[in-house]
Amino acid sequence: MQITTAILRLLVFPGLFFAVPAAWFFLYVERKTIARMQQRIGPPVLQPFYDFVKLLGKESPRYHGIQGLLMKAWPALSVSVLLAALALIPVFPAKGGFSGDLILLITLLELPSIFYMLAGFTSRSVYGKVGSMREASLSLSSNLLFLTAVMMIAVTADTFQLSELAAPSASAARWLGLAAIILCIPAKLRLNPFSTSSAEQEIYSGPLTEYSGADLALWELAHGLEWLALSGFVVSLSFPRTGFRLADAGIFAFLCIAMVVVLATIAAATARLTIDRSVRFYWRWSVALAVVFLMSAVLFRR
Amino acid sequence: MKLLEKLLNHCRQKSPWLFHMNSGSCNGCDIELVASIAPRYDVEQLGIHLEGSPRHADILCITGPVTFNTLNAVKTVYGQVPHPKAVVALGSCAASCNAFAGSPTVVGPLHRHIPVDVYVPGCPPRPDAIIEGIAKAAELLSHPERKPLTDEDVKDIPECGGHCVVSAVEPTVEGETPCR
Repeated sequence: MQITTAILRLLVFPGLFFAVPAAWFFLYVERKTIARMQQRIGPPVLQPFYDFVKLLGKESPRYHGIQGLLMKAWPALSVSVLLAALALIPVFPAKGGFSGDLILLITLLELPSIFYMLAGFTSRSVYGKVGSMREASLSLSSNLLFLTAVMMIAVTADTFQLSELAAPSASAARWLGLAAIILCIPAKLRLNPFSTSSAEQEIYSGPLTEYSGADLALWELAHGLEWLALSGFVVSLSFPRTGFRLADAGIFAFLCIAMVVVLATIAAATARLTIDRSVRFYWRWSVALAVVFLMSAVLFRR
Repeated sequence: MKLLEKLLNHCRQKSPWLFHMNSGSCNGCDIELVASIAPRYDVEQLGIHLEGSPRHADILCITGPVTFNTLNAVKTVYGQVPHPKAVVALGSCAASCNAFAGSPTVVGPLHRHIPVDVYVPGCPPRPDAIIEGIAKAAELLSHPERKPLTDEDVKDIPECGGHCVVSAVEPTVEGETPCR
């Protein structure tokens, strides 16, 4: 990949200029879907944008020293890491140069969750600490399934290169792996039924309880970008390319939005599980599935 | 700069986030507030959102006559809401202490302790009155200099409900009517 292509990817598509409005639109689709499920009309299209601008114009409490620095750093880091992850997503597979690989992408997708946890501990709020601990245990339990699924996809395709993984070579192992990744996404996005880490009725907003103003706006944006990155990751590994860039981009966007609608519908239809139940859910499924995945990784290995 | 400020003020009106606080209310107004946030009235159309933390809120909704025990909490929570903010006093208790007036444990009404912008009278107020009050408070968010309500403003508030009483703002543009 040329340096210009890399910069275009980071700044234009699927980077900054595309990603930020798309993230707002995904947040809107999430809220609208939940509203329709509750037989409401729901928010206007620009609602996430209104929230973002309003939060930018709000006062933020001042924290001194290293705490103040870190409180500002975590949301900014989350947004930048997610933008980098989005730039790596192989919507149009391109060969040569630095196109990143699966391990880098998975790392970038995993970092925001760690920043979210650290934000809770940095804020020194009791609710933040409880939320961070819940997020940590949920992330540990959902990641076994997530990582073995990713491993199986990579091993059966015999490559970690994203450009080669995105090529249409859909096998049974690929579909099984993607289904397992979709099963993990509600935990990664902190959606119902796995929304314990930001359970409003118990621990206010969890790790974000002490945040306000521009920092909170960045967290909201990071949440939208997480939606975009995770659904984009799954979709880019699953859909066959037509060869026409515009058609590919259209199919990609449509499938991503469809995924948001499905996940938001599940979120609206379920109630929050307690933390021990959600952890148990993932361990119960993940141990059995992880064995299946590792076996199929060996069996289907090329 | 003017355009940016206009955009910011527009966004403030479009996305009021609430924090709900009970200062010794009988729970009647709290039930009505929760009813007005529930799907039936769909306040998300106005961008209204009930938040768990006062740090995220724009509008502080306070119910109850302010008892001695809750006074410090009311003041702390008011301080925790970042600027720009507005205060909505729900129910007749917050306006006049209602049936609790004269009690030795009641130190209300609310406006003697924190500046109040909108009163929603009623015992309890109906959900549509509450939503109207919140919408008026959202308009006030873009007017940082406004006159908080005083004893004089609330003395005629009927206990059985009526129109919201909103604090006065100076007209910002020539010819524009103030919110009152």
